[in-house]
Amino acid sequence: MLNTIYIMWLRQIKRYWRSKSRIIGSIGQPLLFLVAMGFGLGPVFEKAGRGNYLDFLAPGIMAQAILFMAIFNGVELIWDRQFGFLKETLVAPVSRLEIVLGRVLGGATIATFQGLIVFVLTLFLGFRPQNILFLPLGLVLMFLIALFYTTLGTGIASLMEDFHGFQLIMNFLVMPTFFLSGALFPLESAATALKSISKINPLTYGVEGLRNVFSGTVGMAVTQDIVVLALLSFITLSLSSYLFSKIEA
Amino acid sequence: MDNISFEVKKGEVFAFLGPNGAGKTTTIRMLTTLLRPTKGKILINGFDPLTQQAQVRNSFGIVFQDSSLDEELTAWENMEIHGILYKIPAETRRKRIKGLLEIVGLWDRKNDLVKTYSGGMRRRLEIARGLLHHPKIFFLDEPTLGLDPQTRNKIWEHIHELNQKFETTIFFTTHYLEEAEKMADYIAIIDKGKIAASGTASELKKQTKTKSLEAAYLAISGKDIREENASTLEKMRMRMKRIRRM
Repeated sequence: MLNTIYIMWLRQIKRYWRSKSRIIGSIGQPLLFLVAMGFGLGPVFEKAGRGNYLDFLAPGIMAQAILFMAIFNGVELIWDRQFGFLKETLVAPVSRLEIVLGRVLGGATIATFQGLIVFVLTLFLGFRPQNILFLPLGLVLMFLIALFYTTLGTGIASLMEDFHGFQLIMNFLVMPTFFLSGALFPLESAATALKSISKINPLTYGVEGLRNVFSGTVGMAVTQDIVVLALLSFITLSLSSYLFSKIEA
Repeated sequence: MDNISFEVKKGEVFAFLGPNGAGKTTTIRMLTTLLRPTKGKILINGFDPLTQQAQVRNSFGIVFQDSSLDEELTAWENMEIHGILYKIPAETRRKRIKGLLEIVGLWDRKNDLVKTYSGGMRRRLEIARGLLHHPKIFFLDEPTLGLDPQTRNKIWEHIHELNQKFETTIFFTTHYLEEAEKMADYIAIIDKGKIAASGTASELKKQTKTKSLEAAYLAISGKDIREENASTLEKMRMRMKRIRRM
């Protein structure tokens, strides 16, 4: 059981680690957001008396990087389907649950690592967390965001035959999730409609959690964020394992 | 598929022939637990694919029509994953991987990524991988498709050896009828979802009063060209082309 999960996990990690262009490419977007928004909107933000914008933005961009990477890792299942490797795992005498767990944990590990890369990147750009001792807690939050969106991506990919729907996912799921999560602007002063949408957006809890952890305000709010994300991850994991078990190749 | 019925004896080399779209691959998918038949009964090595999936999956090895290797990994890693999925203990696994890679002539290239392999090398690797857990039955869906005569010859040598040495039952499909004529102990011709004829090569020739298996095959399944549904990989390629053109 554990061997199967481990080898499927390792496979994801190896594929990621070998594709240097993918690693570099995936840093590009967060970097662009940090530089363009950070230095572009930063002065306005500060003029409005909201404090240092980079401190506000950095956790949001970490969450963004994790979101994109996690969804992509989940949807990579379609790739395996098209290029055949999926069949090798489907005819093996192991349960589909083991395969899914390995895949999902692998994808979530990579996405968490991605969050960590962006964290380091923000340090170079001048981000200063209040208390670096809270970093492990930040990693827990990153992993939960990663796990939730990898399982979500895997579930969606189980229903898709090919990449046609990928653009749909990007435009109607990933981008709105990112923009309506409070990653870029404070939600408390946003329009009511927008605020309500962000309340049902799982990434909001991730962004809020990371922001609290890095600003050193660890308390009830963070616990609540962790519980929400863990629960949601459990739900999507169950759902996507079920959908994956129904795949016929 | 429409109510087909056949039996493959232990240790036999069984050729499953038929025009494109006749249902060969669909049959293999049902035999290998990838597709549930709507009715009827299948027994693989005495096990039922619907209720005894794990036993069935342990009983067979398979080389799919389209490659099912992970191209971003090395040959060794592809073999390792297979061995772990089939729960072969580490030491046995390593010994067997070495032995099989040597047999198919890939030992020197074991640490190269599969994406650097030629079509023939990939197919040889898939055969080696499919045999790693010592299956009783080996399914090969067009194992020599698109390969040059030298490679085809080599691949058949391996398959023959395997059949002789371990009494592995071979179930294969092909469009190269001379392969079926030369290698198969028993042949079934499937057409429009039904078994049109079956027997040894000489029986089929006698039945149709023809001199070669090819002539017998054409006499049985007709000379019309069939419309085929493109395989997933082909569909993907066509789409990629379309995307590139945009």
